[in-house]
This record gives sequence, C-alpha cells and structure tokens, in this order.
Amino acid sequence: MKVVFPPTVVRDIRRHGEATYPEECCGFLIGPNGGATPGPERRVRRTIPAENRNESLRSRRFEIPPEELRQVERGLEGTDEAVLGFYHSHPDHPAVPSQFDQDHAWPWYTYVVLAVVGGRSGDFGAFELDPDERRFSPVPWTVEPVAVPER
Amino acid sequence: MVSVQVRLPSPLRSFVGGAAVTDIDGDTVGEVLSRLVDRHRELERHLFGGTGQLRNFVSIYLNDEDIRHLQRESTPVRSGDVVSIVPAIAGGAPAGATPPAGRPAPSELPLADSVETSPPLTGDQLRRYSRHLLLPEVGVRGQRRLRASKVLLVGAGGLGSPAALYLAAAGVGEIGLVDFDRVEASNLQRQVIYGTHDIGRPKLDSARDRLKDLNPDVVVRMHEVHLSSENAMEILRPYDVIVDGTDNFPTRYLVNDAAVLLGKPNVYGSIYRFEGQASVFDARKGPCYRCLYPEPPPPGLVPSCAEGGVLGVLPGIVGTIQATETVKLLLGVGEPLVGRLLLFDALSLRFRELRLRKNPDCVLCGTHPTQTGLIDYPAFCGVPSPATAPEAGAVPEIAPEGLAARLAQEEPPLLVDVRSPSEWEIVHLPGATLIPLAELPDRVTELTHAREVVVYCHKGNRSGRATRLLLDLGFTHVASLRGGIEAYAEKVDPTLPRY
Repeated sequence: MKVVFPPTVVRDIRRHGEATYPEECCGFLIGPNGGATPGPERRVRRTIPAENRNESLRSRRFEIPPEELRQVERGLEGTDEAVLGFYHSHPDHPAVPSQFDQDHAWPWYTYVVLAVVGGRSGDFGAFELDPDERRFSPVPWTVEPVAVPER
Repeated sequence: MVSVQVRLPSPLRSFVGGAAVTDIDGDTVGEVLSRLVDRHRELERHLFGGTGQLRNFVSIYLNDEDIRHLQRESTPVRSGDVVSIVPAIAGGAPAGATPPAGRPAPSELPLADSVETSPPLTGDQLRRYSRHLLLPEVGVRGQRRLRASKVLLVGAGGLGSPAALYLAAAGVGEIGLVDFDRVEASNLQRQVIYGTHDIGRPKLDSARDRLKDLNPDVVVRMHEVHLSSENAMEILRPYDVIVDGTDNFPTRYLVNDAAVLLGKPNVYGSIYRFEGQASVFDARKGPCYRCLYPEPPPPGLVPSCAEGGVLGVLPGIVGTIQATETVKLLLGVGEPLVGRLLLFDALSLRFRELRLRKNPDCVLCGTHPTQTGLIDYPAFCGVPSPATAPEAGAVPEIAPEGLAARLAQEEPPLLVDVRSPSEWEIVHLPGATLIPLAELPDRVTELTHAREVVVYCHKGNRSGRATRLLLDLGFTHVASLRGGIEAYAEKVDPTLPRY
C-alpha cells in the first residue's frame, strides 16, 4: 500500500514538530474512509494536531488519550472521512519507530514519524504494522499536490 | 439479557466483517465483551492481554462514560446502550535515548528556569544522592530540580514527621514547617522526627535540628504560627508544593482553599485509628478537597486522633506516601495521585483506590466558582475559635480543686466518665460511672436519680459536649470538670497516671 500526502500535511506536521521541540508532537491523520480493508492507496487529506498528554517524559513519549480519539472520531461521523493514523515527532532521534512505538501500535493505522533535530524538522517516514502484527514496516509514500479546482 | 451496540475502532473492524457497529447480548459490559470475543476470536489478543485482563491501551466506554468511572467490567448494561472500544495511542523515541546536553525537557513547574541557572551538584552532593542519580527518571537534572524546589509542610506531627525526614533526605532545597506546638511525650509514639530529649521544646526547633543533621544543605523555614485566613496566602505563596499534615477540619479546608486559589498542588493525607487516606488535590488538573467533601462533618462526629487514638506506624505509611507524591510532582515523573483517593487499612493491610472527579458545582474550583477568597474556617466547620468561643463558658464547669472538695463532702455528686473504655482502663476517678459520650443519649436514664452530676473526660472537650446535652435534656445540676482528668491529676492527685 502507498500513502499519499498533500504538501500541506507534510508542512503542518513539520511545523508542529518544530513548535513542540524538544517535546514530541502528535496528532491525527485524516482522510477519506477507505473501509476496513484499505485499498492499494491511502490518501491523507489533512491533520488534526493533538496535545501530547504524556505526563512523565514528553521529550521521549507521546500519548493521545482514548477520549480525544473518540471525540475526533465522533466529529467525523457521517462524513466521508476517518482517522487513518497518527503522526508524532522524535526530537533529536531518527525518523524510525522505536520498540515502544511498535509495542503500542495498532494494525490498520498509518504511523508517521518525523525527526526533529536541534529544533529543525528532518526526515519523515510512514510505517504500518506487518500483517503478522509483530513488526513495523516502512510503507512507500509520496507527496502529491491536491487537485486545485479550475477557476 | 439485553442487546447492546458495540462500536469498534477502525483497526478492529476487519475482524468483524468490516462493520463499525455490531449487536451483542449481555447483562454487563464484561459479558458483552466476552461474547464479542467468543464470536470473533481474532479480537481477543487485541482487547485482552495474556491474563484475560483488558489491555492497558484499550478503553471501554458505556455510552459517554469510561467504565473505569463506573463499575468497570461489571457495569450493568441496558437495552439500546452503546459500548465503544477506543484505543489509546502512545509511542515515542527509543528508550535508551537521552536528550542531548543543553536541551532540557521543559517542565510544568515554573522552577525549571532556576534549575538551569543553579550551580552544578557539588562532589558531596554527587556522593550523597548517588542512588538517585542512578535513576534515569531523576538523574543530575532531577536532583538539581529537587534542590531548587520548595515544599511547605502544614503540621509537623504524625504525617509531617516522616514526610519532612524523607523530603530532606531526598534533597529538597527548602522545607517550610508550620506548627506552634511543643513536643509532648504522647507524640513520640508516631512523630519520629522528635526524640525523648526534645520533650518540652518547640516542635519547630527540634525538627529543624533533626533535618539539618540529616541534610545540612536543606534550608528549613519555620512558621511558628497558627495558620489562619489572614496569613495563609502569604505563607503558602513561595512554595511549589503544599503537604497537608493537619489534624483538624478548619485548617484542612484553609490549606485546600489557599492552595486552589494560588494554583498549587496540595498533597493530602489523613489518618484515624487504623485507617489512612491520601490524594493529590490539584484543581488545575483534577478535583480539590472541597469537590470530595463540600462541607465538613458536624463538629464532634469525627473524633480527632487525640480522642480516637491512632496506630503509631500508620502516619509513617501515609506520610511517606505524601513524600513520594511530592517528590514525583517536583520531578515531573510518574502518575500522580490526582483524581484518585488512596485508602489504606492497616488491620487488613489493604490499599484501595477511589476515582475522584472534579465537582462542576464546587464553590471553589467548579465551572462557576462563588468563593474567590479565604473565609472564616472555624465558623465554616462549626468550631468556635478560641478567641470568640461563646459556648465555652456557657457550660457550667467545676475546677479540679472544687470537685475534690465536693467529693469529700456528704452526698457527693454522681461522677460520669464520658471517655472510651480503653481510656477508662488507663485511669479513672474512684466512684465514677463509665458512659462513653456516644452512648450517653441512650443511657441518660441511668442518671435521672442523681441530684447532681459532674461529667469528666480527658481534657474537658467531650465533657463540655456531654454537659450541654444533659442541660438540653433538662438536667439542672450538672457541671463539666474543667481541664478533665488531666487537670485533676495535675492539681489534685499527682498519683493518677497521665496519658
């Protein structure tokens, strides 16, 4: 499966990660609901930033409480959109999922990790759990401009 | 058995054929979930860990309420209810990683700046705190943070003693103590900061000496005053965390209110006989003491430790829990006891936990607070303040010497001891009748034959209430022994044991 981001989404995630540095940022990836079994392409349309609610170590951990996910999902009820996944930043660490990320991951969702080094955003990666759900694998992603309606 | 809707998050829908909602029968949330898992076996490993317990990262809502706020999995369901399964999302950078030097994690407490500008730990401090420095959650940064922080202990008694000792040992930079008592022999059974040679000394002097001996780096600020509405804001203001070790309701409400108004966490503890309680009241993040108890109990309903007794080890346990929470708050690590009331029973050696919620109608920290300043706490709690006690003199009293004279005459008054049987066993006056205060209303007929009644207790408080009760019931010749059996032993009969 391939994930497609509009440039606005990449920009928003980068800005969020730089703004919360040296703490981790986190948020929701929103896009058209592809159903329970995603097709070959997943299009992220926009992001909703979340507050990192980890209480102990926000420089190395993020947490989005269930109530917040629930509120976002409720807001999307009746629309064609769904929560497709989550993004978070790794301050001063590479854009690869940690063991902790893997232990807390859910199937189906797309996880985006952004490296922020010294306050500036760096690498960007998208990951999903393997079908056996034991490991994360990078998934191919591209940035495509959104179709702008003609005047 | 009723039918409810189970709403699944996107990741789990493929296991139920793609549906967002599925109908399941059951009587409780737990039953619904186990039937769901029976029907769709694949869901089990996502919802339940190896032990059959719900996974940490899964929350279950019944309609709009997290079942952790209800009766958890035994919460009953009704027809048409919606049970939602909601994953919590978490992650982070690799565990072994540390932020590079010079780029500190910002803290929630305003003292972070002073940590950054404070001098590095000295060689002596590195040795003293080495066991802390080994913990990644503390480390040099955390230790400097402790050194830059200020904690106020209200009350240097049973709870304040262990809390002060551990906070000083942990390297908290500044410890304030509010107390105005002197050390008494009866304190030593639990107030471990004091020694036998301290008896008669002001508590704060003794406590300061002990804390400075334990850790000379600690600055001890002594507030040898009665905490009141007039001075509380000023005294609490400089501190980062307030530790409530008070033994009375007016001061407890005062400490709570001042902490809420100043936006400071209040680490609460209380003890009675064999049971203790602890919580962290931080109105910015959770409930305050008033959310839990909007009003104090009527005076006299809850006896103090001086009347009801207390197991000496108990304040040691509760006070060290308060110290633990304080250190966690200062370090910004772990999960604080905010929104949770910890209950401890020493007899069964059990800890229980109650969820506390912020009361939206709380006059102090609710959505529309009506109380914006401190109030008259003795009046709020129905306790006459010593200065203005109008009722204290309203009860007829007899001095110890006067009672001794009356007992020597013919037709002495009937002596009634309103203390507890265990106090009676320690010492009582010859010829007295034991009627504990709580039993007095039911046993008042035992007194009707007496022409004159003198009531006594340990120090004169309970006998004053008993006298008021008897006067209200129509007794005319009734008096309370002023100062209780304690004063009698002091003034009249030094051979009587004192406690």
